[in-house]
Amino acid sequence: MSEPVFDLTYIWAGIIAFGVIMYVLMDGFDLGQGILFMFAPSDHDRDIMMNSVAPVWDGNETWLVLGGAGLLAAFPLVYSIFLPALYIGVFLLLAGLIFRGVAFEFRFKAHSSRYLWNWSFAIGSTVAAFAQGAVVGAYIQGFETENMRYVGGALDWLTPFTVLTGIGLVAGYALLGATWLIMKSEGSTQEWAYKLVKPLLAAVLVIFFAISIGTPFVDAFVADRWFDGISAIWLLPILGLASAFWIYRSVSQRREGTPFIATMALFVFTYLGLLASKWPYVVPPNYTLADAASAHESQLFLLIGLLFVIPIVLVYTAWTYWVFRGKVKADQGYH
Amino acid sequence: MELDPLLLSRIQFAFVVSFHAIFPVFTIGLASYIALIYGLAFKTNNPKWERLGAFWTQVFAVVFGMGVVSGIVMSFQFGTNWSNFSLATANFLGPVLSYEVVTAFFLEAAFLGVLLFGRGKVPNGVHFFAALMVSIGTFISSFWILSANSWMQTPAGVEIRDGIYHVVDWSTAIFNESFWYRFAHMGMASFLTGGFVVAGVSAWFLIQKRDTELHRKALSMTLWLLLFLTPLQVFIGDLHGLNTLEHQPTKVAAMEGNWDTRKGAPLLLFAIPDQEQQTNHFEVGIPKLASFILTHDWDGELPGVKEKPPELQPNVPIVFWSFRVMVAMGLLMVLVSVIGLFLRRNRAYMHKRWYLQTLRLMTLSPFIAVLSGWFVTEVGRAPYLVYGQMTHAEGVTPSLTGGMALFTLIGYFLVYACVFAAGAYYLTRVIRTGTEGTEQHEDDKHRAKRPLSAAEASFD
Ligand code: HDD
Ligand code: HEM
Ligand code: HEM
Repeated sequence: MSEPVFDLTYIWAGIIAFGVIMYVLMDGFDLGQGILFMFAPSDHDRDIMMNSVAPVWDGNETWLVLGGAGLLAAFPLVYSIFLPALYIGVFLLLAGLIFRGVAFEFRFKAHSSRYLWNWSFAIGSTVAAFAQGAVVGAYIQGFETENMRYVGGALDWLTPFTVLTGIGLVAGYALLGATWLIMKSEGSTQEWAYKLVKPLLAAVLVIFFAISIGTPFVDAFVADRWFDGISAIWLLPILGLASAFWIYRSVSQRREGTPFIATMALFVFTYLGLLASKWPYVVPPNYTLADAASAHESQLFLLIGLLFVIPIVLVYTAWTYWVFRGKVKADQGYH
Repeated sequence: MELDPLLLSRIQFAFVVSFHAIFPVFTIGLASYIALIYGLAFKTNNPKWERLGAFWTQVFAVVFGMGVVSGIVMSFQFGTNWSNFSLATANFLGPVLSYEVVTAFFLEAAFLGVLLFGRGKVPNGVHFFAALMVSIGTFISSFWILSANSWMQTPAGVEIRDGIYHVVDWSTAIFNESFWYRFAHMGMASFLTGGFVVAGVSAWFLIQKRDTELHRKALSMTLWLLLFLTPLQVFIGDLHGLNTLEHQPTKVAAMEGNWDTRKGAPLLLFAIPDQEQQTNHFEVGIPKLASFILTHDWDGELPGVKEKPPELQPNVPIVFWSFRVMVAMGLLMVLVSVIGLFLRRNRAYMHKRWYLQTLRLMTLSPFIAVLSGWFVTEVGRAPYLVYGQMTHAEGVTPSLTGGMALFTLIGYFLVYACVFAAGAYYLTRVIRTGTEGTEQHEDDKHRAKRPLSAAEASFD
């Protein structure tokens, strides 16, 4: 075999990183509806919440499937270590997603059994969000590996630290969900959503702060990265804080679209901060991107197809959001 | 008792994939049928076809939704339970499985919405086109997934370096030796599934005397189709078997219940294979027929299971009986379709209650055949994951414990039981609502572009 002319590994890292943040932002606000669901004042509000994400949620979830399959294709080592290490968590995630998925399908068709689907949606969404947050925590903690295999125990991923990141993501998704709802609703529902933002923002900041304090303790590598001399990455948390302030201000000014955009910004900067902490490790503490990559020809083979499909999917996604733009009403959508 | 993570993983994989498998065959077959109906609607401009198409599109929406939900689980199973296997085969299976997802993604994004919600809003021609694209999409999807599976049966186009497979020739790997047979057999199985479901449901409407003119037409058309497709499937199945004999002789030996390599092997109609004693009890068979079918020579030599040592043998009773169940279903399908031909005179097929009742029962037959067919294929491959190269034991996740595997096995079982019960229950509601309930709703344009919301029936 001759050496490849150029290395696709970093292109693939970019694609996967892009897929993950797409998933987090997009499924985040619809999982957020589920997390807030049972706290809504009335069933009328719940109708609006569900309708506001009904046309788009399954498209949002497809990013997850694409991420899973893409990992297997481009970074098989990540796939074959994360999934065994997070075995129970992955099951909870999938079970949660299934229950909330079918709740979407059946709630509007149900009458006397509607409360069951309400709970199915709420619990499923919360469990799925928590599991995803715990995955992030487990990633920061790192995995016990030997000879390219996971050798830790079934519940190694479940520590006080990952519980904290799990709760953090639940709160974060709830915040995304609330700001989304401000944009998509009006009247009493919107009023309720406005009230949620500041407490949720406070909760998110406190938890994110605790996580930031905790991270260097669970992982020395991260501590070095951040405290070994002043570096440009300190810009990221500063931008994150600025976004938090932006959320606060725009809600005080009762803007409708800005809080959601500001929350997305908060997520993006936090995410970049996380990536920067670990770069270039994908399976901390032992394996880097290059170690985890699949063969060049396999990366190339799939890349060709994706280059055609991803732009089309993006255009279509944008188009769907455009078609369903504007305020949502309770009686729209389903019967 | 010590819980064996390997055995539990095998059971779990078999369970989740079998659960998933019943939906794709249904959606693939139905998608083609719907495309056919909308094609007729487009050509004849007869609103009847529109109505029929709308009815089956609702059924399609429900089944498709369940296929998606169960499919998401599948794409993580390889990593959770078979991580060594995933790591070793990722260079080939990764891109191939990703292409499946990408295809599904693309298809769902672009055409499903139009098919499900576009009626009355887009011209008939566009609607027909969307239906056609959806059905082509389901075939592309199965193309990739079956290529992946066939490669595991008859690996090709790869070389192993340091325990990792590397693809040296993509087209040899994708179009491996068993691929076309499996693709044809599975495609046909999907058509038969669609066909027998449509026939069964139409028969039920005829028994109920609802919308009879429409369902008679549907039934008549479907019976013609089945008359040609059922024998064709038997023929393809035979070719598939001959190909398997070439590449996986032990599997064929297990299908035939043939322990010792011998000339003029009988076709066993009944036997109780005994793995421990490496023999059969209570054999009833037709002399020399198996040799004739597989070698086209009455005295041809058939390989025996014992050519492999016991630890490299598949479970013979399961393979043997699954194969018989599949073939029995196949022959039964031929029989029922041929009887339909004899009942053509005076349209007797729509008046004879016993025939309509038979058709109703036959709705189950393709599902039984498909699952038992997969059991033959997959159990017969044991103990290998990649045939002849990597065993189940080598592929399983090393860190997996019996307790973890048991926990998720029970978990998936419970989750699927809930989902399946709700789905099946709702599906019967949709069918009961019938073609009369498919009138267009005014405010459709605000509806979500998602599968189930295309269905009208109330849940409870
Ligand atoms: C012969 C056909 C066939 C077979 C053997 C399989 N599938 Fe499948 N799959 C389909 C045919 C299909 C389909 C027709 O394309 C589905 C059914 C409903 C749907 O939405 O697409 C689908 C859906 C589907 C989805 C959901 C895609 C989405 O989000 O829309 C995933 C992730 C998988 N499958 C993955 C798998 C895996 C990992 C399998 C095997 C181990 C598997 N499928 C077997
Ligand atoms: C959709 C239809 C399918 C059905 C019903 C099915 C059924 C089964 C069954 C019953 C087993 C258990 C065999 C045993 O343990 O003795 C099995 C094993 C397996 N199949 Fe399939 N299969 C299907 C498709 C596929 C496809 C498309 C792939 C791969 C791309 C695949 C990959 C595997 C793997 C990795 C195993 C090993 C795990 C195990 O033995 O349980 N299967 N399958
Ligand atoms: C009497 C006729 C039939 C014969 C001789 C036949 C033959 C076979 C053989 C030999 C295999 C195993 C191939 C292998 O593992 O390499 C197989 C698998 C299979 N059969 Fe059949 N079959 C028949 C009827 C049917 C029918 C009616 C259906 C469904 C409607 C069906 C569905 C399947 C499926 C889904 C598989 C597994 C996938 C595959 O390997 O193709 N078969 N069949």
